[in-house]
Amino acid sequence: MTVTVARPDRRTQPPVRPTKGGAKDRWVRRAPLLPALIFAIIVTQVPFLYTIYLSTTSWNALRPGDKPFVGFDNYVTVLSDSRLRSALVNTVVLTAGAVIFSLILGLLFALLLDRKFLGRGIVRTMLITPFLVMPIAAALLWKHALFNPTYGLINGVFGGSTDWVSSYPKAAVITTLVWQWTPFMMLILLAGLQSQSHEVLEAAKVDGANAWQIFRRMTIPHLRQYLELGALLGSIYLVNTFDAIFSITQGGPGTATTNLPYEIYLTMFRKFEYGEASAAGVIVVILTIIVATFALRVISSLFKMEENR
Amino acid sequence: MRARLHNSIWGVVAWIAGIIFVFPVIWMVLTSFKQENVAATNPPSWFFAPTLAQYTQVFDRNITPFLLNSLMASVFSTILVVLLATPAAYALSLRPVAKWSDSLFFFISTKMMPAVAAFLPVYLLVKHLGMLDNIWTMVILYTSMNLPLAVWMMRSFLLEVPREVLEAGEVDGAGLLTSIRKIILPIVSPGLAATALICFIFAWNEFFLAVNLTATASGTSPIFLVGFISSEGAFLARLCAAATIVSLPVLIAGWVAQNKLVRGLSMGAVK
Repeated sequence: MTVTVARPDRRTQPPVRPTKGGAKDRWVRRAPLLPALIFAIIVTQVPFLYTIYLSTTSWNALRPGDKPFVGFDNYVTVLSDSRLRSALVNTVVLTAGAVIFSLILGLLFALLLDRKFLGRGIVRTMLITPFLVMPIAAALLWKHALFNPTYGLINGVFGGSTDWVSSYPKAAVITTLVWQWTPFMMLILLAGLQSQSHEVLEAAKVDGANAWQIFRRMTIPHLRQYLELGALLGSIYLVNTFDAIFSITQGGPGTATTNLPYEIYLTMFRKFEYGEASAAGVIVVILTIIVATFALRVISSLFKMEENR
Repeated sequence: MRARLHNSIWGVVAWIAGIIFVFPVIWMVLTSFKQENVAATNPPSWFFAPTLAQYTQVFDRNITPFLLNSLMASVFSTILVVLLATPAAYALSLRPVAKWSDSLFFFISTKMMPAVAAFLPVYLLVKHLGMLDNIWTMVILYTSMNLPLAVWMMRSFLLEVPREVLEAGEVDGAGLLTSIRKIILPIVSPGLAATALICFIFAWNEFFLAVNLTATASGTSPIFLVGFISSEGAFLARLCAAATIVSLPVLIAGWVAQNKLVRGLSMGAVK
């Protein structure tokens, strides 16, 4: 951090030197980048182009050899399919629910950890732990050891015999996701809190501001970008949630927790409708690009913020 | 004095929050040492005679090949990621190419593409090549999954190399290789370790690709757990033992490197 503050221009803006030496120098600079760039293009962009192509064909793997071009028919089917629309709604509800609750909890934990107290390191380690448990292990742990109606820990401690997963499927999935993602939010927000200038906070205190005023007027505005970053990165990861749905509810009951990734998976491997699955995939990418554009803007603004410091 | 009391009250609150939050994991480990009939009691049994029976069972059911497959996919993909990402990050930081920020954003944009969207062609190609259920397929896919993250992280670590020192080295006649070996590597090696660790964690925990592309021969650790999704009969203690075993490598790695986690997870944008 000290390095950053001492030389802000260099931390954020590598000076692009004039290309002396011409073409040869440019290739020397480019050479180390090329293997990674070419690899990324081949493994990610080429398949996606093929996905776009597949989305314009009517291809069911159970009818091999027959792949007629159908234009935008698959998109029409997908967009008018009630299953897919409910999957879209579920994706938004599950993602937004998990992001909002884990952001709030993460903020509370970050504020607690920003204070000095005995055993702070141990508490931080405890709070990070859920993020490190293998996601599918975490999902199964919640499903069987905590939510189970007969021997689950929640009913065991609080009494009752609620079947949490079938009665409140969305809430059950969101709870599991919040438990796993709160540490992620906490870590980002803690980094934000610790980058606050202590002199300014002290000055505010001397001027007679109380704790709430300082929090409301100084900490929250300072944290805004970190909150945005956490929300957007969290959304990008959580939109892809598959493990939890696959293992806790299998999309059910009915289609109550079927999100887009799980629905596309079903279209691909249960119905073998490759054309429709591809069209749905393209739509998900378009939606993600919208979210990602905002994410990139936030990351760029963090770059600029460091630059101005 | 008042401030100190204040802090210790909040300290107690933090301890309570921490214990509640970590409790499912503690419960998982506790349950893994129970007999099945003790694990499935209501109310829950807090005091019991610990047994290693479930761990023996899990190893008898051959979890070892799954762990080895995971180890192999994670280690090899991590090595490949580091080998590809470090030079790329160098070309985007210390001696940047002309359009360095475009390349940087291109890498991160591939991370933002949902796996399901590009998965079908990959699946079809892998099937066509006869490389389903092959660990090297997983190595390549995990490499592409972690590459953007690694490029961003490594770049943020490389930017911390003081340019004055590099320039001084150049004046003293140090060639590129010498300055990499004597100046750059010593400074970025903790960052390199953190990057590798995060790539390892993501590869180890990956589920979607593994469940669709691997089976008996190259199934990774998460696949071992799939059998527990709709299990019948008494299996809770065994599930907890298996979940503990597969989570352990990442738990230990993450505890050791928690300071670096935030930077990796936010792709180097936040320290």
